[in-house]
Amino acid sequence: MLSRTVLRNIFGASRGGFPCRAWNYSESVSNANHREKENLTGRDLEKHELRPLYMDFQATTPMDPRVLDAMLPYQVNYYGNPHSRTHAYGWESERAVEMARKQVADLIGADPREIVFTSGATESNNMSIKGVARFYKSRKKHVVTTQTEHKCVLDSCRALEAEGFDVTYLPVKSNGLVDLEQLEETIRPDTSLVSVMTVNNEIGVKQPVKEIGSGRVCRSKKVFFHTDAAQAVGKIPVNVNEWNVDLMSISGHKIYGPKGVGALYVRRRPRVRLDPLQSGGGQERGLRSGTVPTPLVVGLGAACEIAQQEMQYDHRRISMLADRLLGKIMAGIPDVVMNGDPEKRYPGCINISFAYVEGESLLMALKDVALSSGSACTSASLEPSYVLRAIGTDEDLAHSSIRFGVGRFTTEDEVDYTAEKCIQQVKRLREMSPLWEMVQEGIDLKSIKWTQH
Amino acid sequence: MAASSRSQVLSLYKLLMKESSKFPSYNYRTYALRRVRDAFKENKHVEDSKTVEVLLNKARDNLAVLQRQVSIGQMYATQKIVVEEHRGKKTI
Repeated sequence: MLSRTVLRNIFGASRGGFPCRAWNYSESVSNANHREKENLTGRDLEKHELRPLYMDFQATTPMDPRVLDAMLPYQVNYYGNPHSRTHAYGWESERAVEMARKQVADLIGADPREIVFTSGATESNNMSIKGVARFYKSRKKHVVTTQTEHKCVLDSCRALEAEGFDVTYLPVKSNGLVDLEQLEETIRPDTSLVSVMTVNNEIGVKQPVKEIGSGRVCRSKKVFFHTDAAQAVGKIPVNVNEWNVDLMSISGHKIYGPKGVGALYVRRRPRVRLDPLQSGGGQERGLRSGTVPTPLVVGLGAACEIAQQEMQYDHRRISMLADRLLGKIMAGIPDVVMNGDPEKRYPGCINISFAYVEGESLLMALKDVALSSGSACTSASLEPSYVLRAIGTDEDLAHSSIRFGVGRFTTEDEVDYTAEKCIQQVKRLREMSPLWEMVQEGIDLKSIKWTQH
Repeated sequence: MAASSRSQVLSLYKLLMKESSKFPSYNYRTYALRRVRDAFKENKHVEDSKTVEVLLNKARDNLAVLQRQVSIGQMYATQKIVVEEHRGKKTI
């Protein structure tokens, strides 16, 4: 813990001297106090400044122009309520919504009637976890999930605990994958739901979803299986029937679609029943009341169809770019660790720890590249990521991690630029670090007893 | 491939590339150029006239999408991104 304080003080003192264009500019117009504040809240770019390049495709993706093109007519002329049954405005919107439902269903190998549109993967996750647990609560009181799930899954489980449910948060192995045997042992006769995400949003590991859904673990024991596939759908082949998934969460803005829309797959045979979160007009099979937002849903449908067409092309290219980035960084600097399983992963999400460098300082130094140290939901806090802690990463390495996201619109030049800047800044920060100096002298940092204040 | 469809393919390719290069956004521009080039390369050896016709129609639809989206992009253009300044010439 103390090593971190030391690092923070050293880097904190040197922050003013970064050779960053944006930085110098702000110095000329504002005083030091203002600058400190600005640093935390960010500011808009000036007209003549250059935009940083985008390497945070796990946080969100830019919308594909083809998606916007599909959406615009429904933002302009076709504004009918898809639930209006009495006029043409309603019919044309309904047709568009049903078309989108089919596009989403096709991407995951489902029936269109099994798709429920929601406001995003967070709502889908809330709906499935709280909905299933509450519906079956008279007989079943137990829910299983893992420690590396997304915040919204963990928080939904916390809410259930407050209602008197019993939740097991399974630990994961050091490669980030869940232990199947352990999962099997955890399931009890009163377990109603198992929730394990397909691709992790921070370290990119692919959980053995197919094995979990298989008869041995979930189906034969009549336990429902929910997977949060926000980071997987459209990027890797997904099939709800091959995987025996009962509920699946999908997000629009992770697949080059619009923000504010998502979907939930709810299996019809064997039927999964949920307690709806929202009461109202009974739209979407009564599971999600509220008018379906036609333009957003059309965008989600278009994004799914494009993702299906482009999956192979995108995957090949993203793998190539990710290898290129990783290769360059690994060749350029020593003591770099990649977090998560090296094989069972989605290549577009690369989480790397740079030993003896603090992640936040590195992010600050890499102002020209939009990166994050982990999930956007938790990026405001200085605490190390709970996902990295769950896979047993050392405290100091967890603090030095950065997540690189490669996507459909990333270019070779962007990858080269990022790698180059990253190598340069890590070297510079390490040169200033007393820890790095000690390591160079052959002192084992773990053997040092840092005195407490 | 018949001579007439060959010239159609070539002219459509040129139009698509020209339109793609007009995207003000660096990432959309490079993607569109790359995707058009790769798609034509991938289907270079398609001989069946029906398939060619289907692909041509798809390309025409995409050209219309590109034209609309380029106009929208030009209405809301932003600053250039850092790599454009450094090696912008090369990527286009």
